[in-house]
Formats: sequence, structure tokens, C-alpha cells
Amino acid sequence: MTQVTATMAGSIWKLLVAVGDHVEEGQDVIILESMKMEIPIAAEASGVVKHIHVQEGDFVNEGDVLVEIE
Amino acid sequence: MFSKVLIANRGEIAVRIIRTCQKLGIRTVAVYSEADADSLHVSLADEAYLIGKPRVAESYLNIEKIIEVAKTAKAEAIHPGYGLLSENPAFARRCEEEGIVFIGPKADVIAAMGSKIEARRTMEQAGVPIVPGVSFALDSADEAAKAAASIGYPVMLKASAGGGGIGMHIARDEAELRQAFEGSQKRAASFFGDGTMYIEKYIDRPRHIEIQLLADSYGNCVYLWERECSIQRRHQKVVEEAPSPFLDEETRRKMGEAAVRAARHIGYANAGTIEFLVDEQKNFYFLEMNTRLQVEHPVTEEITGIDIVEEQLRIAAGEPLRYQQEDIRRDGHAIEVRIYAEDPNTFYPSPGRITAFSAPQGEWIRHETAVQSGAAVTPFYDPMIAKLIAKGPDRQTAIERLLEALRHYRVEGIKTNIPLLEAVLSHPAFQAGDTTTDFLSKHWKPAKAK
Repeated sequence: MTQVTATMAGSIWKLLVAVGDHVEEGQDVIILESMKMEIPIAAEASGVVKHIHVQEGDFVNEGDVLVEIE
Repeated sequence: MFSKVLIANRGEIAVRIIRTCQKLGIRTVAVYSEADADSLHVSLADEAYLIGKPRVAESYLNIEKIIEVAKTAKAEAIHPGYGLLSENPAFARRCEEEGIVFIGPKADVIAAMGSKIEARRTMEQAGVPIVPGVSFALDSADEAAKAAASIGYPVMLKASAGGGGIGMHIARDEAELRQAFEGSQKRAASFFGDGTMYIEKYIDRPRHIEIQLLADSYGNCVYLWERECSIQRRHQKVVEEAPSPFLDEETRRKMGEAAVRAARHIGYANAGTIEFLVDEQKNFYFLEMNTRLQVEHPVTEEITGIDIVEEQLRIAAGEPLRYQQEDIRRDGHAIEVRIYAEDPNTFYPSPGRITAFSAPQGEWIRHETAVQSGAAVTPFYDPMIAKLIAKGPDRQTAIERLLEALRHYRVEGIKTNIPLLEAVLSHPAFQAGDTTTDFLSKHWKPAKAK
């Protein structure tokens, strides 16, 4: 199980994956919006999306777990 | 003159506006979000009102709340600063309806310039050169491809409601244009609430040079020379200077006169800026008009000795312009750098808490900021935390003074773009005045994003 965490504080701009999707290492799974900029966040390992902890529009802090991949 | 003005903004520009109000003996009203309760603009203003939650949609963009505060505080006028509501015609209209003076042009003038497509048409009528392109909305990738074929690649795909580089895309061929169209349209729709797209011919290695105007309500208009703002990242300015190292006196005069013609044509009253793209042959093309104070206005103030905010207040209060064109002097050279809370390599923002902050002072240095040691840089707002401006009798001296000041500038706790700014100012191409909008992509090799 690997976790995708927020690299900085911001809002969830777009969820690019759904539970059950297969993702590759390095694939963008979420786009965060911070300081008027879109910041893509990539999966650090390949696997299947198990949980998504956030919704579009949610505010997150740096280090918050966004997605879990197994 | 007004006795009380509300400032519908935050950060360094709110602080800057308060300073001129104080100089003129005008009382100031600040508004702030929950994230900005400890901000400098709140403590400097004579009165301050909490207007909502951190997100701009729930505070600084809440038109009715700001109008309500202005009425409660009995402010006679509202200064919108830049960004936020400064170019929002609905806000200007609400101010007009409530009998509050909006420090800016009339709502319909803002609307006309806010639509980039309409602005192109208007400038054409005023006899101001525009970038070859289409002056109508493109509804689909097919229409865009057809228009691009008639203009010739490469083209620049743009959002009519756009600004700050969002929704802009260079397409070198039809495949790139088709690929970019839908994404840019969607992005523009979600950022600006309007996904109208158009295209212009892409001007190769252009310079971004803008003319500062002052126009009163009686048809008087002067230009305060130009600012060169070609050093940009993500289509946003990073370094600005006046005068431009590229222009000769004749081009400068032609651009100034074209800008004045444009302002007169639309019945403009306020400080304003006409942005031009200038190609290698010194042909200049209208890019857009900013109907507000610009971030980089200090470099113009430094070389002309004119306080642009003061002139805005006087114009809004109904005074005639105090200057004719021959009164506008030009003395020395000024350069501004924007200090961003961002990683200098990836350009990604770096919100956080500033643990230590100190800026150099000096006769030739001007520092505009609202942050202090211990301040939080939140993810809710623009990453610009300060502007540092240096002046000198000539460009080289201004560069050296600014570099020296940057070496003594200290920000800890967050990342800033200061290493990038130092690299730009010390680069031989910058020092030679070879400043085109591709400067950073050409000369700055950022480390790869993690």
C-alpha cells in the first residue's frame, strides 16, 4: 500500500482517477490548486486505487493523505 | 478630495494605497478575510472589517459584502487595487448604483476592455495596430483550425476573458492546436466563467512593452513612458523596468501616442496601461488594456516622480489632470523584481510560515510588501510576497544596486525565487538588454519537478 500525499497546502482542483483504476508510477492522480496555480500530484508506485480521501474542492494541508494505492 | 476611501484588496498593494491616502490626509478602510486578520494592511488602515472566509470567492470577491462595508463605514470611494475586483464591471456598476466612487473607469469601459475580442475590435477602430488574428469567438477546435490556417502557424490560442496567462497556449501546427483547444477552453471557463477562445498569430521572440497612461474625466490624457516587462515565467511578469532598453525615441513616441489615442477613443478616465507586443523590427501590436493600477507601476513612479495612486485618487475625485505631455519627465532607470513564494526551479508555489524576514534599505531601494517575520503565506492567494525596486542614473547602476539589495534580502521558512532573480540580473543577455519573453525558457534551466 502506498499513499499519495499533498505536496503543499491547497484545494483539490481535479481528481484524475477513481477507485479501482490501475495507475502507473509517475502518473498524475490529482491536480491541486494552490496560490492560483495547478500542481499535478503523481503516484509514486504502480497499483490499483483503493481509497480516495478527498473530493474536488476540498482544502488539504501539506502531508495529508489524498489517495491510497495497492 | 475624498475624506475616506475603502481599499478592496490585500497584501502589498493595499499597504501601498494606504500610504498615499495617508499622505493626502484621507482616512482608510481595510477589508480582510479570516486568513489575513494579522496582515499589515489591517493594522495600518484607520478601520478594518472582516468580510469572510479565506477563499477569495467568499471574501475579497464578495461584491455585496464589500459594498455593505463601504456604506457602514461611510467610505466615499473604493480603490480596487489590482487583480480581485479591479477589472470586474459588475463591481464598478454596483459602486455607481450605490453612489460610491469606483476608483477606475466606467463599468462599460472595463467590460469593453475585459473582453479581449471586443478590445481587439475597439483598438482596430481607434487606429491602434493589433496582432494579426481573429476578432471573433471560436466555438470549436474545427473553427480554430480553420482560422489558424488563414493566419498561418504558429498561433497563440487565447481566452477572451483571460488574464495572467491562464488558458493561453502556443500551437505550432494543427495537431497541437486541436489538442490544446478543449483543455484551454475548459480551463478558461472554470477560471473566468467564460470559455470564449480566439487566436492570434504568434509573434516570435517578442518583447512585452507597455505604456502607462493617466486620463481624466475631461478628455485630457498623457503617457508616462513605457515599462519593459519581457522577463516572464508562466506568462507572468518577474522583472520589469523603465525605460525599455530596446526602444528608440521615435518608437517610444509612436507607442505613447497610439496608447493615448486608444484611451481617448474609449472615453477612458483613470490610470491605465496599454500592453503591446513589440517584434524585432520594432513593430508594435496592441495586446490588451489593463484598466487599473499595475503591479509594476513603481518603476514608472521612480523615473517620473509621479505618484500614480495619488493621480488615480485625484482623477476619481473629479480633478483635471495636473500634467500636460511636455511636463512628464524621465529621469534615470528603475528596475523591479517580483519576489514570489515559489520554488525557483519548478516555479511551484511554496506556502508556509516566514520564520525570518529582512529587506535591505537604502536611498536607491524601494521595497513594497505586506509580509513580516512570522507571517503565514497561505495557499489562498497569489504567491507574490514583495516587490523590490532599485533606481540608478543609468541601467547598469540600477542593475548593480538591485543585485546588491537582493544579496542582502533574507526570507526564511519558505522558498523564494530570489536565486532566479539574481541569475536573471547577472546574466550577460539581460545586461545587454536582450530581453525577450522567451528569456527564462532560453537562459534558465530549472531542475526537474519532483
